[in-house]
Parts: sequence; structure tokens; C-alpha cells
Amino acid sequence: MMPLLTTKGLSRSFGGLRAVDGVDFALMPGEIRAVIGPNGAGKTTFVSLVSGRIQPSSGMIVFDGADITNLPAYARVRLGVAYTFQITSVFANLSAYDNVALPVQRTLTDGRSKGAVRTGVMAALERTGLAARAHMPAGQLSYGHQRLLEVAMGLALKPRLLILDEPTQGLADSEIDNFIQLVREIAKSATVLLIEHNMPVVMQLADRITVFNAGRILAEGTPEAIRANAEVQQAYLGTTP
Amino acid sequence: MTEASPAKPYALHLGVIALLFALSFVLPDYHHGLLARIMVLAVFAMGYNMLFGYVGLLSLGHAMFFSAGLYGAGLTVYHLGWNVPAAFAAGLACGALLALVIGLLALRTTGVAFMIVTMMFAQVFYLVILYFASWTGGDQGLVVQQAARVLVLGSGSLDLTNPTVRYMSALALFSIVLLVTLAIVRSRYGRVLVAIRENEERTKMLGYDTFSNKLIAVVVSGTICAASGAAYALLFGYVGSSFASVQYSILPLLWVLLGGAATTLGPLIGTLFMYYVIDITSGFTSAYLLIVGIALILLVLFFPKGILGSIRQRWLGWLP
Repeated sequence: MMPLLTTKGLSRSFGGLRAVDGVDFALMPGEIRAVIGPNGAGKTTFVSLVSGRIQPSSGMIVFDGADITNLPAYARVRLGVAYTFQITSVFANLSAYDNVALPVQRTLTDGRSKGAVRTGVMAALERTGLAARAHMPAGQLSYGHQRLLEVAMGLALKPRLLILDEPTQGLADSEIDNFIQLVREIAKSATVLLIEHNMPVVMQLADRITVFNAGRILAEGTPEAIRANAEVQQAYLGTTP
Repeated sequence: MTEASPAKPYALHLGVIALLFALSFVLPDYHHGLLARIMVLAVFAMGYNMLFGYVGLLSLGHAMFFSAGLYGAGLTVYHLGWNVPAAFAAGLACGALLALVIGLLALRTTGVAFMIVTMMFAQVFYLVILYFASWTGGDQGLVVQQAARVLVLGSGSLDLTNPTVRYMSALALFSIVLLVTLAIVRSRYGRVLVAIRENEERTKMLGYDTFSNKLIAVVVSGTICAASGAAYALLFGYVGSSFASVQYSILPLLWVLLGGAATTLGPLIGTLFMYYVIDITSGFTSAYLLIVGIALILLVLFFPKGILGSIRQRWLGWLP
């Protein structure tokens, strides 16, 4: 099977800091892949390169067989690469409905979905349990609901690859359980790339885990293999236990 | 903008148009003429609001789009003897083309830089008008003769200098632009514009090419302002460089802020309010600008989102 996403020698420097340093990465269609690593390991920079929010210093990105390295972010979104923000970034002054209507009407214009805006919006809101709050300004939703709205917007883009950047950050434990269910459901129709600090969530969801450290891939494997990996333990704890 | 029933906003806007129509028959001559002028300038404010209110781009150079329409229509009538519809179309075309070029250049910047760049381009435009004084009349301007301001329709003709014809022409332009604006801001495109205003980075990550969307908005805005300028030249017969000065870039901003940015009727209310405050106070005292200033300060204190903007926020959430 051909990978959905491949990067070759992907690098990005900020001044003297090599935030992402020659990363070769491959992601199979349909998998849930977690990206973990200590703070400053380059995880967010890496997914920002994939989504096109920042440009690489060198290297190449291939999505579904096509080189997308030089495509602007909006064009990658139209190809099916959706990114949900680490720091909640909904349109606070617009209603939840309008927030989701933006991605829905985008996919309608591109012909990636059919039907009316309203149907698409309500479907995405119902999947995330926000339908009853459709007309509230997004800024007045609770933090957990704003995170869900962020996911609803990602879903409404009909992505083939959904990048979730620390989606459970700031959620209560009860909300996290629902969230895990939601991601499992999303994974039925899309490939999921998940940056996550919450290890129980990672262990429950991920098919495979990629560990970043200092801008490079330190290890990659199944949750069990990563748990047992001595190098990973060292990166996280600083010493070999 | 939540795709609620469209009946209420459309009823309100048609009501406003009907009211303006009815006023034509009851207003005394002086106010009749003033209101015609206000409607034409409210179109200018609506064009400005399109970009400032909905996309959040603060331009300090919209006088150039107004005067592109003004001179586009005025010069073709004055020098080439074009008829009214052709001259009006020439004004629109000048405004649209200028907006496209300025948009391509100025949209490379944002925020304060955008304000400065648009202001500089407008200043260049103003100086160009003065430089080519032999054609444009320089700071004296040109007066379009009455004979040239007749709209020939089949066998009949409409004299645009006739007060009633002038009022109705102004109202027709105002109504068309008002309804077009309403349709745009309620459309999917309008939703994208607001999204760009609220958070451009996020809008890009939803798959929108924000540069193209902003460029279209600049062209629409510039064309509406040019329509106002072209109508001004043809209805009031004066084409002057003062309309290209920086003052006429700031006035639409003021009208829009007063009436309520990002409200469809705000530009009319703001223009109307400013004109009448000046009109009434200058009747009492020569220090009328002092009173105007105090009125503006009070408005900003108690209606920080403009008259209609504050009304929408407090009472009528459905206002477009």
C-alpha cells in the first residue's frame, strides 16, 4: 500500500535552531498515528510544515503521490489536509454555526461534498455534540466545547488527513473519554495524525507512535514497543531508569 | 448571518427605500436637494464599509476610487461628449481598474502599512489630477454643462438637473447598491469576508485563498465608490480635485464609524447624521465644528460601535 503522506529530509531552521532536522516520515492511509516527544522536540513545527503554515528550509512533502512542498496552505486544505489548532482558534465573534459553515461551504465549492450548507453544518455539529449550541457565539462556549468546535471545523473540511494538535489539552477527564470515541469514529473515514501529551489517550488511540526529540525522529513503533523503548524513556526522563 | 429567515432584513431595507421615495414628495426644496446628495455620498460610504466593515481593511485612500468615478464620468462627458450611460460606465470601469491595480499592490501589506500605502496612492492620484490641469481643470475643477446631463431614453429624455429626476436617480443608485450590499454580506462570500476580518490565518487553514478574496473585495468596494463619484459628476455637474484630497478619504471612514461599521444601513445613517449635524449647528453659530466635535465624542462614548452597530448589539441582533 502506498503511504498517504511522506516526508523526505524535511528540515526547518529558525535562526540557529534546527527545529525539524531531516525528518523522513511515512503515514499509511487509515491509521491513527500519535506524535509524542518532550517540549520543544519539533512536533508542532513538523505538522505546521505538513499543513503548509510554515515553509520548510529543505526537504520534500508528498501527499497521496503528489509533491505538495510548494503549495500554499489553502491549496493543501483543498487536497484534504486539515489542521486543528493547538491553541483554540475559533472565530470567537461568529456563531458556532457560522464557524462550521465556513469549511462546509468550502467543500461544497470544491465539489468534495454535496447538499446544502445547513445539512453539512448540522451533521458536523451533531457528531461533536454541539448541535444545541449552534447559535451561540463561539467565544461564549466553554473551553471544552471550543475544542470540540475546532474538531467539528476540521471534520467539516472532509479531510483525508486530519492533524490534531494537542486536542485534549485543557479538557476534563469526562470530556476526554468522549473525545477518544470521537477520534475513533473520525478514523473510519480519515487518517489521523495526533500530537498529544496525555499518554493514556495516546496508548488507547494510536496504531503507531512516532517519538520526536530535538527535531529528529527518535523512535517509531507500536504503543507497546515505544513503552518498552529505553531511548524514549531517556528522552522523557533524562536518565535511564 | 446564520441563514435565519431572510424576510425581516429585506423588509426593513425595502421599507427604508420606500420611505426615501415617499420623502421626495414631502420634503421642502432645500432638504430635497440635500438628501439627494446624501444618498449619493452614502453609496460612497457603503463602498467603503464593504472593505472596512466586513473585511476589516482600513484604507485611507478611498477618495481615489470616488474621484476615479468622478473624473472617469466627468472627463468623458466634458472632453469627448459621451452620453450619460456611457460616461457612467466609464466612471465604473476607471474605478474597477484602479481598484484592481491598487489592490494587487496594497494587499501585500496589512494594518498600519495598508493605511499608509493606500493614503500615498491616493495622494499620487490627487497630484496627478492637479498636474494635468489643462484637462482636469486643476483645483478649479470642471463644471459639466446642463445640456450634457440629459439621459436620452428612446424618444423621451430625462434632465438630470431637474430636482425630482436627480433625487430619483440618486435613490435608484442608492437602492441598487444597498440591495447588492445586503445580498453580498448575507452570501457565502460575505461569510468568508467576515472570517478574514476575524482571523485571517484561520481562514487560510480552512482552505480559503484569502488574498484573492480580499482582492475581489477591494475591487467591489472601489467600483461602488466609483459609482458614487460618477453619479456625483453627472447629477451635480461638478468635477473637482477637492474630492480626491485626503479629506474625502477620511469622511467615508467617519460616516461608517458613526453609522456602524459592518451594518448595511449604517453608512446611510452616518452620512445623514453628519450632514444634518453640520447643517443644523452651522445655522446657529460659526463655531459649529466645535459642536460637531462634541457630538462625535458623545457618540463614541455611548455608541462605540456606531449608531446601528450599538442598536444591533443591544436590541436587534438580526440586523444585517
